[in-house]
Amino acid sequence: MIEILATGALSTVQDLGRTGSLRFGVGTSGAMDDLALAIGNILLGNEPNAAAIEVPILPFKIRFLEATDFALTGADCGARLDTQEIPPWWCLHADKGQILTLGVPKSDARAYLTLAGGLDVAEVLGSRSTQMRGNFGGFEGRPLKKNDILRTIARAPGLTPHSAISASGFGVRPPAFGLPLRAASQNGTTTTAVRVLPAGEYESYTEGALEHFWHACWKVTPQSDRYGYRLEGPVLEAKTVIEKRSHGIVPGVIQVPQSGQPIIQLRDAQPSGGYPKIGTVIEADIWRLGQTRIGESIRFLKVSYEEAVAALEEKQRYLMQLRQAVQLQRKANS
Amino acid sequence: MNISLLGTSAILFEAPGLMDIRHQRRIWSMARRFSSWPDVSEAVPGMTNLMLAFKQPPADIEGLICALREAWEQEAELEIAGRQIELPVTYGGDGGPHLVDVVAHTGLSIDEIVHLHAAPLYTVYALGSHPGYCYLGGMDPRIATPRRKVPVVRLPGGSVSIGGAQTGVSASAGPSGWSTIGHTEMIFFDSSKTQPASFSPGDMIRFRIDKVIK
Repeated sequence: MIEILATGALSTVQDLGRTGSLRFGVGTSGAMDDLALAIGNILLGNEPNAAAIEVPILPFKIRFLEATDFALTGADCGARLDTQEIPPWWCLHADKGQILTLGVPKSDARAYLTLAGGLDVAEVLGSRSTQMRGNFGGFEGRPLKKNDILRTIARAPGLTPHSAISASGFGVRPPAFGLPLRAASQNGTTTTAVRVLPAGEYESYTEGALEHFWHACWKVTPQSDRYGYRLEGPVLEAKTVIEKRSHGIVPGVIQVPQSGQPIIQLRDAQPSGGYPKIGTVIEADIWRLGQTRIGESIRFLKVSYEEAVAALEEKQRYLMQLRQAVQLQRKANS
Repeated sequence: MNISLLGTSAILFEAPGLMDIRHQRRIWSMARRFSSWPDVSEAVPGMTNLMLAFKQPPADIEGLICALREAWEQEAELEIAGRQIELPVTYGGDGGPHLVDVVAHTGLSIDEIVHLHAAPLYTVYALGSHPGYCYLGGMDPRIATPRRKVPVVRLPGGSVSIGGAQTGVSASAGPSGWSTIGHTEMIFFDSSKTQPASFSPGDMIRFRIDKVIK
């Protein structure tokens, strides 16, 4: 059980997302950096889909109302447990009354606080993620506020040891090392590379537009959030004006409204749309967008369907190996 | 027809021809067929199109593309015996702030627009956009009004609006690029139910003129 002492406006409860209700108009929600959430749960030996707190705006401060193991993954935000510094991608044991403070991140955009057992909020339509438009799921269907008290799901007694974490805790290397994807840095700005599969209206863009699409560094504008990232760069010109009938879309779809400036739809995006689609950021790389900050740049790398599937398998393999390594560590500690 | 990938998460089938009820019935039929297809987590109808969301990316994507193509050619129309629901609407006033814009665009009077909007029996083609929202087919093209250049940041739930050749009712408060002409009281979504949306594809909606505020 924890109490929120300080939070920005957009800290939310998220799991891996809500699938299976798209046909009711319900978007997926879920962690913007699904890899950071998955690793937090691996560190604690949780269910893979256990819910955690996504913290995009810092500082963030909580009090532990009971002793528990916890993990911090995602952005490195100079966290402290009382006065003890905590490295990023780390899990630790907290005693009752201790205070955890997350500071301003040195890099990346979102931190994830995972608790042993996972957060105990009701599953709604198969997920604990906060559905912002529908005001359901997560904690009371809304972002967290000061004085909120969140409980964790109790583990069956004897199933797992009280704490499988040594006094100083343990951690893993950031996934950027295990799953590297490099884009040439231009003008010293941080550039995130993501792989993209061409989508329905790809062929409707001029040759010049496609050249720009693959070669430009796309700046993430301040109008970017969990709903989508609005990008700024050269104008992408279509051969003709495209009017689409409303159809289903998924997180990662890159739409181009008439302004010619692309928008990447993300986890809180609506599940349907009508703007032309030039491409889709592949599922395996969406976590990289979740850690891209406003003002930074994005580059698109073209891949085939087969390469996109292989990238997803590589990510799943990476998580499986990490799970095995962490299990050994937890066994050694317990 | 057009079949395209949405990354490794989904595939989109877009039917050729008109956006009409006969084509939409074939989409409903395809949705039923493909919802139990291997690797498909959900079949999501749109406006004469169908998205199949994946549990995991199918190894044989070409096989699925062929199956979609063949299914469209062979598919019979699925007649859904939907319910018929009447929604009382207050047109104009605070709940219909853009009725004047529809007047300006169409050159019709308020009364003409209201009567043309309330005349048809609309069919729910599909749900999308936000929880419980229905895409309706059957609006009179004479009151079609282009989407707004600048979307409205927050419209209340129950807003009856026109976007291009389509009309619909927002199920909860949120941003919209459509022109809002009226307001209705109706609960469209209850997340505690296994069938959370109040309407399903095939249901029919009639807007009853409750009041016209000029």
